[in-house]
Amino acid sequence: MEKFTTITGIAAPMPLVNIDTDMIIPKQFLKTIKRSGLGANLFDEMRFDRQGNEIADFILNKDAYRSAEIIVAGENFGCGSSREHAPWAIKDFGISCIISSSFADIFYNNCFKNGILPIVLPEADIAVVMKDAEKGANARMSIDLEAQTVTTSDGEVFSFEVDSFKKHCLMSGLDDIGLTLDKQDHIDAFEAQAAQTRPWV
Amino acid sequence: MSPKTLYDKIWDAHVAHQSEDGTCLLYIDRHLVHEVTSPQAFEGLRITNRRVRSPEKTIAVPDHNVPTTKGRDDPKNMTEDSAIQVAALDKNALDFGIHYYPVSDVRQGIVHIVGPEQGWTLPGMTVVCGDSHTATHGAFGALAHGIGTSEVEHVLATQTLIQKKSKNMKVEITGKLRPGVTAKDITLSVIGKTGTAGGTGYVIEYCGQAIRDLSMEGRMTVCNMAIEGGARAGLIAPDEKTYEYCLGRPHAPKGAQWETALAWWKTLYSDNDAFWDETITIQGEDIAPVVTWGTSPEDVLPITGVVPAANEFEGGKVGAAQRSLDYMGLTPGTPLTDIEIDTVFIGSCTNGRIEDLRAAAEILKGKKIKVGLRAMIVPGSGLVRAQAEEEGLADIFREAGFEWRLAGCSMCLAMNPDQLKEGERCASTSNRNFEGRQGYKSRTHLVSPGMAAAAAITGRLTDVRDLM
Ligand code: SF4
Repeated sequence: MEKFTTITGIAAPMPLVNIDTDMIIPKQFLKTIKRSGLGANLFDEMRFDRQGNEIADFILNKDAYRSAEIIVAGENFGCGSSREHAPWAIKDFGISCIISSSFADIFYNNCFKNGILPIVLPEADIAVVMKDAEKGANARMSIDLEAQTVTTSDGEVFSFEVDSFKKHCLMSGLDDIGLTLDKQDHIDAFEAQAAQTRPWV
Repeated sequence: MSPKTLYDKIWDAHVAHQSEDGTCLLYIDRHLVHEVTSPQAFEGLRITNRRVRSPEKTIAVPDHNVPTTKGRDDPKNMTEDSAIQVAALDKNALDFGIHYYPVSDVRQGIVHIVGPEQGWTLPGMTVVCGDSHTATHGAFGALAHGIGTSEVEHVLATQTLIQKKSKNMKVEITGKLRPGVTAKDITLSVIGKTGTAGGTGYVIEYCGQAIRDLSMEGRMTVCNMAIEGGARAGLIAPDEKTYEYCLGRPHAPKGAQWETALAWWKTLYSDNDAFWDETITIQGEDIAPVVTWGTSPEDVLPITGVVPAANEFEGGKVGAAQRSLDYMGLTPGTPLTDIEIDTVFIGSCTNGRIEDLRAAAEILKGKKIKVGLRAMIVPGSGLVRAQAEEEGLADIFREAGFEWRLAGCSMCLAMNPDQLKEGERCASTSNRNFEGRQGYKSRTHLVSPGMAAAAAITGRLTDVRDLM
C-alpha cells in the first residue's frame, strides 16, 4: 500500500451532508473485477450529464479544483454501501485526504486500507477549513499525519485524533494481512480451543 | 464477573489476540461472499500466493448482478460485465474450495437470505460479508457486519478481522405494535429518530416487547437496516423463536451438538445491570406505518403526514433537504398519500422473505394493480419462491398483475436489468432511497410490503390500514 505522510494541496469544498457511496461511485461501475481506473467515474452522476458532458457547476469540474487532493465535506461522509470501489475511485482520482465532522464506519476503515487519510474535526473547525477550501487553487492546505495537524492556507492549525495502529500502518504503507499472518499462532490456538467449546461452528 | 451486554459476550468469545492499544484480532465464524465485492480480494490472494484459511466457513452466492428472468443461467442472457463477475465467482468458489450456490441452484438467492435459510447463521457467531446489510444476521444474536474488499481478502486469508470494540446502544421498543405496523416501520422509525449517523460507533441491541413479538423474519428486517442508522451492527438476543427457526436447517448442529450449542445460546443475553453508552426507548404504540419522502433513509414520516419544507430542518440538513425535494420532485405541504407512483418493487434482503410476501398477498388477494403501473415481486431466494408458489401466493400476485420473478437483489440496487427510468417513482420495500439507487434520476419511497401492495392497487402512496 502507498504510504501517507504529508500532503500540501488544493482542497475541494463539498458541504453536502450524508454524501453516500452510491453518489461517490454509482453501481454501474461496480461491475469491474479490477481496483484501478475508477477515478474517471468518481461522483459520476453529479459530475456528468447523461451524454457524458461535464456539469459545469460541480465542484471537481471547476478549473480551480480539478487537481484537488483533499475534500472537505459535510457530516456522515461515505454512508451507505460498503463498496470499497468508493475509496478506490477517490484515490484513483488523486484525492488522498477527506476532512469531515463524521464518517460512516465501513467507509472510514476502507480509507486506511487504500492510503487515504480520513480526518474528523469538530463542526466549528470544519466551518473554518471549509471557508479556506472555498478560496480555490491559490489556497493550499497542508496535512501532516505524523504531527496530526491540518494547516489552512492562512496558517491556522487544527489538530486531529487518529488511532495509533491505523496511523502506523498508513505511515509505513503496511499490509494488514502480512501483519496478521505474523500472529498465526494465536489464531491457531484460538481455533483449537473453539473446536472444543463450540464444535458446531 | 462484571455484567455484560450481549455484544460484550459475543465479542469476548471471539478475540483471538489483543494488542496493548486495544486493537483485536476478531475470529470470524462465517464469511459470506458475493460476486461484486469479492473479485479483487481473490485476485489479491492469487497474487500473494495465499489460500483461503477456512473454506468450510466461507459461503458464496451470486445475487447482485443476476437477472431475475427465466433463462438467466445462460450467461448469454446477462450483460457482458455481469457475466464476467458471475463467472469470476464461479471460478473462485471452485478454485478455493468454498461452499457455493450457483445461479442454477434452487437455493440461490440474496446472500443475507440464503445464510439464515441454510443454517449458516447461528446465535453467538461472528458473521461478515463484503456488504453493508450483513447486519441482517444480527437477528439471530450473531455479531454481523459489512466489510470492505480489503477486509474480505483479510478474512479469506486469516479468518480474522482487525477490529476495535464499538460502544453499546440499547434501542428498546416497548409495548405492542398497532395493526398495519410492521418491522419495517419500526426500523425506519428508529432511523427517523437517530438520523443516519446516530448509530456511528455503536452496536445496537434491539429489545423490548414489540421486538420479542416479531417473528425471525421481522427481526431480520429490523437488524437489516441497523446500518442505515450508521451502526456497525444490530443485535437481537436469541430466544425460543430463534432456536425453533434454526432447528433442522441444513447447516445447523444436530443431536448432542445441538444440545451443547443450545446451552451456550441460552447464556446470550444482556445482563440486567450491563452498561449502555446510549439508550433509546420508543413506544410500540406510537409507531405508525411510515414512508420516506427524501433521498436519505432518515427522511421518514408517518403516511398520514405531508411533504416537509427545507426550512423545517437545521444546519447542513437544510441544504440536503432542499436537494432531496428537488430530486424527488415534491412540493412542501403535499399530503404523502397524494404522491402518485408508477412502479412497485417488493423484494430485497430487507423484505424478500416469505412473511413479507404473505403480507403483500394479504392486501392483494382478489385485487388488481392500477392500470399502467409496473409492479414486480422478487423473492429473496429460490426456496422462498418455491414456498410462495406452494402457498398459492404466486397466483395471487400474478392475478393482481405483478411480475413474479426469480431470486436476486434486482431493483434494490438495479445492477441487473431491473431498473427505473429517469424520473420514475417507485414504492419500494428495499432499504435505500439514495439518489440514483434504483436507476439514473429515479425516485424511491421506502415502505413495508403491505404498504407497497396497497400503493400498487391505488397508484399512489397509500395508508395500508385503509385497505385492511
Ligand atoms: S438486496 Fe439490496 S441491500 Fe440487500 S444485499 Fe442485495 S443489493 Fe444489498
